[in-house]
Amino acid sequence: MKLKLLAFGIAKDILHDRTIEYDLRSGTTIAMLRDALCADYPEFRRLTSISFAVNDEYVSETHVLQDGDEVVLIPPVSGG
Amino acid sequence: MPAHPYFYHTQRNVVDQIDIKLTPEALDLTAVVRKVESEAAGGTCVFVGTVRGSTKGKPVVRLEFEAYAPLALSEMRKIAEALMQRLPLIRIAIHHRIGSLQIGEIPVIIAVAAAHRKAAFEACEYCIDTLKETVPIWKKEIFTDGEVWVSAHP
Repeated sequence: MKLKLLAFGIAKDILHDRTIEYDLRSGTTIAMLRDALCADYPEFRRLTSISFAVNDEYVSETHVLQDGDEVVLIPPVSGG
Repeated sequence: MPAHPYFYHTQRNVVDQIDIKLTPEALDLTAVVRKVESEAAGGTCVFVGTVRGSTKGKPVVRLEFEAYAPLALSEMRKIAEALMQRLPLIRIAIHHRIGSLQIGEIPVIIAVAAAHRKAAFEACEYCIDTLKETVPIWKKEIFTDGEVWVSAHP
């Protein structure tokens, strides 16, 4: 299934792009996506944290992704 | 509000009491305070964030803020809504700026009005503390010799 990843902050720097596509098998969870990202881009391992959002809501590690989902990569936030 | 025997905690409708803004334009302190004005208010607590000139002794050239807007707006709204339900508040405004900010400029203004000051103080502090933890906004410090995304690495 195809996922569109939208990256912010340092995540965008790591991916060298605001958006990238990921092709993963169906049933992939957020935890599995995180592992794939860390394997493909080891710099993600160095971050204090990385969270994810789907459909404009934060999602947990166990959230199961669907084909066509837009997943937002949320590195440590620093607003305010 | 009508009491129902099955609901022990009734949610207030607080849509009109909350003003959330995310903008690249300079924030207007007077405008934010006006957003929470009410003749029921005995006190208004305001937090104004400002861009510091240095970090750990190293001079900062400017800050750059970016946001994932849909989630930033909803998370700021969530913070305000939770406070409106939990504390005796009248109105809350949270305005955050994005883009390039110079030293001394204002990235965030929070205003909370309440009948009595204790709740306003508590809400204002909780608001900025929680915003810094949950709202998808990121700041990058620009130095003369490089750039750093704040808090990205341990």
